[in-house]
Amino acid sequence: MLYRETGQFKTSYAADQAVFPIRQDRIGLALILLVAFLLVPVFGSSFFLNTMMIPFLVFSLATIGLNLLLGYAGQLSLGTGAFMGVGAYACYKLATIFPDINILVHTLLSGLFAAGIGVLFGLPSLRIKGFYLAVATLAAQFFLDWCFNRLPWLYNYNPSGAIEVPTRMLFGVALTGPNATPVTRYLVLLTLVVVMTWIASNLVRGWIGRSWMMIRDMDIAAELIGVRPLPTKLLAFAVSSYYCGVAGALMVFFWLGAAEPPSFSINTSFQVLFMVIIGGLGSLAGSFMGAAFIWILPVLLRALPEMLGVTIAAATVEHVSLIVIGALIIVVLIVEPHGCARLWQTAKQKLRTWPFPY
Amino acid sequence: MRQRAIGEVILAVEDVSLRFGGVRAIADVSFDIRAHEIRAIIGPNGAGKSSMLNVINGFYRPQEGRIVWKGQAHRAMRPYLAASTGIARTFQNIALFKGMTVLDNLMSGRTLKMRRGFFWQALRYGPALEEEIAHRRRVEEIIDFLEIEHIRKVPVGRLPYGLQKRVELGRALAMEPELLLLDEPMAGMNLEEKEDMSRYILEVNEQLGTTIALIEHDMSVVMDLSDRIVVLDHGQLLADGPPEVVSRDPAVIEAYLGVAH
Ligand SMILES: Nc1ncnc2c1ncn2[C@@H]1O[C@H](COP(=O)(O)OP(=O)(O)O)[C@@H](O)[C@H]1O
Ligand SMILES: [Mg+2]
Repeated sequence: MLYRETGQFKTSYAADQAVFPIRQDRIGLALILLVAFLLVPVFGSSFFLNTMMIPFLVFSLATIGLNLLLGYAGQLSLGTGAFMGVGAYACYKLATIFPDINILVHTLLSGLFAAGIGVLFGLPSLRIKGFYLAVATLAAQFFLDWCFNRLPWLYNYNPSGAIEVPTRMLFGVALTGPNATPVTRYLVLLTLVVVMTWIASNLVRGWIGRSWMMIRDMDIAAELIGVRPLPTKLLAFAVSSYYCGVAGALMVFFWLGAAEPPSFSINTSFQVLFMVIIGGLGSLAGSFMGAAFIWILPVLLRALPEMLGVTIAAATVEHVSLIVIGALIIVVLIVEPHGCARLWQTAKQKLRTWPFPY
Repeated sequence: MRQRAIGEVILAVEDVSLRFGGVRAIADVSFDIRAHEIRAIIGPNGAGKSSMLNVINGFYRPQEGRIVWKGQAHRAMRPYLAASTGIARTFQNIALFKGMTVLDNLMSGRTLKMRRGFFWQALRYGPALEEEIAHRRRVEEIIDFLEIEHIRKVPVGRLPYGLQKRVELGRALAMEPELLLLDEPMAGMNLEEKEDMSRYILEVNEQLGTTIALIEHDMSVVMDLSDRIVVLDHGQLLADGPPEVVSRDPAVIEAYLGVAH
C-alpha cells in the first residue's frame, strides 16, 4: 500500500544503480535529513544534543569506518579506539601548531595520520587472517595506547596529561571550545557525517567496494580475476582508519572538549565493534542503527524513570539498563544474526508484499 | 556456425612437470591450444587436469617446463598476468563471491577494465558513473545471454548449484577473455542443465570466437563439443588428437575402463 515498487519502472541502469531505487525510500531519507537538520537543532535541548545526538554521530562515523574494513573487506580489527586516538591527537597537534588554519581543515587532515598508521598496522593482513590479524591489531591498540600515555609531546606537556580543545572560530562563530554551542557543534558534525557517509556509499557501490567484498568472500578467486590482495586490503585499512581518525578528532573537538588516553582504549574498540555487529556487517544504514542501539538506547533507558516520575537509585537504574541492553543484544542476534539492517530489510520486504505475501 | 576458423597456436604447454611433495601431479606434459578452438582435457580423477588449468592461469608454479602464451614464453604464469592478458576460468568447486549478488559477481569480472581512480569513485559522478553504466550494460548482455535476469539481485550463496555454475561462467565471460578455462562446468547437473550449458559454451565459442579449454567427464558432451582432446592419466599425457582418433585409442580405452578385466 504505502511501500510499493509498483508503477516505478526503472528506465535506465543509472536509475537502477541509485542508492535508494524505491521512491518511498528516497522520501524516507529526505524526511530523516529534514528532521536531523531542522527539527533537532530547533527543538532539541542541550542535554539531548550533548548526551545523545552528538555522541551518536561520532560513533556512527567510527562504526562506518570499522564496517568498511570488517563488513566490506572482511578484515577484523580491534584497533579502532587507537585509530580514533591517532586522529584526535593529530588534530590537537595540528590545531596548536597551526592555530590560524581552520579547525575543519585540521579535522579532515587528521584522518590522514590515522590512515597512515592504519596502513602500517594493516601490512600483516597480507599474511595473516581472522583472529590472528585481530591479535596483530590488538598489538597496535596497546602500542598506541602506550604512546598516548607516555609521549608528553602529544599532549603538549600538559600536566594533567589530557588534551584540551582550544576555541576555534569560523565566520565569527565558535566551532570548538567552551563557547561553542551544542547546536553549532551538532550541525558541523552532522554535515561532515552526511558527506562522509555519502562518499562511503559511493565507494562501496563501485569497483573499489566490489574488490573489497571479493577479498572478503574469496581472496583466491579475487586474485585470479586480477584483484591484487595487498593494495586492496591496504586501501581498506587506509579508508577505514581515515574514517575512524576523523571520528576521533570529532569526538574530542566537537563532543568531549577534552580527552585523556582512556577515551581511546580497547573498550572503545569493542564498543564500535559491537555497533558494527548489532547494526549489520556490510551495511552503512546498519552502522547508524548499531550506533543508536548501543549509544542512544542506554541513555534513554537511564532517563526513563525520571521521565515517568519514578524515583529509583541511580545505581539501580544503571544496572537495570545494562541488563536490558545485554538482553536486547542477545535477542537481536538470535532473531537476526545479520543485525538490525537485515531485520529492517526483511520488514520492508514483508511490507512490500503485504497483505498478500504469495 | 563458427564465425572464426581455428587459427594459430595461442598457448603452448612445454615439458611441464608439477610436484606436490612426493606426488607428481603433472609429469613432463606438452600440448598446445589453437585460437578459437574448443580443447577438451579428459582423464580419470586425480589425473592432474585441474592442476594443469592452475598452471596455465598461474595459480600453481610448475617445477619444470614453460608456458608460451600469445608468443611470450613464461617460466610460470602469474594470476594477475593471466587475468590481465585475457585468461579467465571457472572452478571445479565453485569459487563465487557468496555474499555478493549475481550482478556484483559479474561486475567483479570487469574490475580490471575499470579505469577511474579513487577520487572519481568517491564522487561516483561524471566519468566514474558513465564508466560504471557502460560496464553494467555489457554485464546485462551476459545476464540476458545466460538467462539469469530473474536472479540478478540475489546473493549467489542462496542459489542452487546449477545456477551457481551458470553465474560462474557469467563472471568469466564478463572478463571478455581470449582463453576461457572451464573446470567441469557440467558436473552434478541434470540432463537439461547440461544441454543448456553445452549450448552456452558452443555459442560463446562460435559467436565470440573465444578459445576454450574444457575439463569434462561426460564423454558424449566432450565428443560433441571439442575439436581436439588431451588425455591425461596419473599426470602423464596419454593421447592427444581429434575426438574420433582419441576415442579409438587402446591406451585411452584401458585407462577409462580400468585394468580390472
Ligand atoms: N594443492 C595441492 N596440494 C597437494 N596435492 C595436490 C594439490 N592439488 C592437486 N594435488 C594432487 O595432484 C594430483 C592431481 O590432482 P588434480 O589436478 O586435482 O586432478 P584432476 O583434476 O584430474 O582430478 C592429485 O593426486 C592431487 O591430490
Ligand atoms: Mg579436477
